[in-house]
Amino acid sequence: MAEINIQDIIKPENLVYKKTRLMTDKTLSYCPGCGHGTAHRLIMEVIEEMGKEHDTIGVAPVGCSVLAYEFMNIDMQEAAHGRAPALATGIKRLWPDKVVFTYQGDGDLAAIGTGETIHACNRGENIVIVFINNGIYGMTGGQMAPTTLVGMKTSTTPYGRDVAQMGNPLKITELVAQLPGTYYVTRQAVHTPSAVRKAKRAIRKAFENQVNKKPGLSFVEVVSNCNSGWKMTPVDSNIWMEENMFPFYNLGDIKVDGKLIEK
Amino acid sequence: MVDIEGCKGCGVCVPACPTDVIALAKEVNGKGYPYAFMANPEACTGCTNCSIVCPDGVITVYRVKINE
Amino acid sequence: MGELRLMKGNEALAEAAIRAGVDGYFGYPITPQSEVIEYLTAEKPYERTGMVVLQAESEVASINMLYGAGATGKKAMTSSSSPGISLMQEGISYIAGAEIPVVLVNVVRGGPGLGDIQPAQSDYFQTTKGGGHGDYRLIALAPSSVQEMSDFVPLAFELAFKYRNPAIIVSDGAIGQMMEKVELFEQMPRMTDEEIRAKYKWATNGKLEDGTRRIITSLDLDPYKLEEHNLKLQKKYKEIEENEVRYEKIMCDDAEYVIVAYGLSARISQKAIQLLREKGIKAGLLRPITLWPFPTKQIKELVDNGIKGFLSVEMSAGQMVEDVKLAVNGKVKVEHFGRLGGVVHSPEEVVEALEQKIIGG
Repeated sequence: MAEINIQDIIKPENLVYKKTRLMTDKTLSYCPGCGHGTAHRLIMEVIEEMGKEHDTIGVAPVGCSVLAYEFMNIDMQEAAHGRAPALATGIKRLWPDKVVFTYQGDGDLAAIGTGETIHACNRGENIVIVFINNGIYGMTGGQMAPTTLVGMKTSTTPYGRDVAQMGNPLKITELVAQLPGTYYVTRQAVHTPSAVRKAKRAIRKAFENQVNKKPGLSFVEVVSNCNSGWKMTPVDSNIWMEENMFPFYNLGDIKVDGKLIEK
Repeated sequence: MVDIEGCKGCGVCVPACPTDVIALAKEVNGKGYPYAFMANPEACTGCTNCSIVCPDGVITVYRVKINE
Repeated sequence: MGELRLMKGNEALAEAAIRAGVDGYFGYPITPQSEVIEYLTAEKPYERTGMVVLQAESEVASINMLYGAGATGKKAMTSSSSPGISLMQEGISYIAGAEIPVVLVNVVRGGPGLGDIQPAQSDYFQTTKGGGHGDYRLIALAPSSVQEMSDFVPLAFELAFKYRNPAIIVSDGAIGQMMEKVELFEQMPRMTDEEIRAKYKWATNGKLEDGTRRIITSLDLDPYKLEEHNLKLQKKYKEIEENEVRYEKIMCDDAEYVIVAYGLSARISQKAIQLLREKGIKAGLLRPITLWPFPTKQIKELVDNGIKGFLSVEMSAGQMVEDVKLAVNGKVKVEHFGRLGGVVHSPEEVVEALEQKIIGG
């Protein structure tokens, strides 16, 4: 085999992958291994590839990703907890040709923001909602979320989530898929290369739906790890996620082009 | 190529590599994280698995076709 | 002379919104102001000016739609009544902190809680002392006629955009429902997208061509930066206090006693001072038009000119009276009179209150 100097390889013309310039240079405030970073990057890659960086407005939530606007290099608004879909509605209704998306966690979207989520979906707002579901409230220290699994231990369910006390985990994604106002509903992950590639395709599809003015909202759930909240290493948390979260939160498309997928 | 100071040592890139190229170093970077590095650079195929799964986007991949 | 019409206060407000070039109205029904959204949806302003009207699912959603829309530089407006305005307090605090220009309308009804649907003025504290958290101020305009319900809409937007601050029109159930002659102003053109992008560089409506990107937020986890931001807001409020006080004085020049009243109470008090004058009592009326900034200076001047006592007439348990007292600073007597719970006082009751509380005793 011919000897190649590493300097010969590291040249601009040989570049195969580099973090998109639509991610700022700021170090992400997320824990090592957290899916937020990957999810942010995929959305920004899609926006860059679609050439929409000058036409996109993102709405950040309250949660670990409250600082999303520091990392996504586009015009961004910070919403009150749970209200992002309302902000997005206000923007999109008055700037129908811009690309508008919300980026929300499980508390933001499925607890305090349930009303705003359901009604934006019901009205069929032509926006993209990216829903990061890690079954826990990361930023505030690891409390139970509506999507916390039965038996899962969190700082407010130290003995495991008890259905009799707190009800079952809320599959909000399946709920909104029932509404005629949602056009594309899918559940993805970003913990392995193949999951990342599928997730990116899904995100791309969601944004294309918006740009092509398909009738309805595109809702992309990303099941993610929270190694800090779950008290595991990043690699272990991804394995735990595969073994526990995915059997309940099934990955894959739930609704495409306005039609529910038959299981 | 790993941005060593940006790496948080999460290790998600390690199982992502199909040819066991990448590993976490025993040394730590300025922030105290054991950074990822190419332990086995010869085996790298430039598949970009590591870079696309990295939550902090600290891996940049270059690939050269070797014409035999 | 502009177009003359006989209209309800709420309807005049709605018509004014269309004519003022408002881009979006996002609201929720609540008595006594549902006519606003009903008028708007019936008028089809989208066909007249391109104005969007959306019935939101709650007041919480409405105020947040305003945040999103206003933060892009568009003119966004909502209206509600006391319990709905309570729901909006979180959003108002965020909007003030993020310095977004929006216009709200509160058609005040009896409270607290669910209360009733009759007129009241018991949201003065909520409006001027902050109903939301943190150090912020709302520019507050108080109409006392259907004409002012119309005229104050473009004025509120002018002030909101001048200072990048939310502005509120504080009406009440009577003015919202009463019918009067109103001269409607000419249609003002809506700003185009390009004009907005060119004029409001702070607005988030898509990165600029040169790569500049904007962030609209009220968060800053660095306390020194947040202090800096708050000081900047306070400086802005000082500027507004110095430049934007609006009021009306009726028969104050030779008065010995002055009634301070706004909105519906001002109309009633106008009749009251007429009755008092007939009895030989030299009464005058100071009508604050801006509740914030409050006409503190004007009250101080009246004190210096020898006014012997002030009666704050408000349909509440006494809220604005505190600001009158602050302005008077203990120099002369200040009392409050007002019916509560949605009951409207009569001019005769006001006369009696002035005689007993200010002159007598």
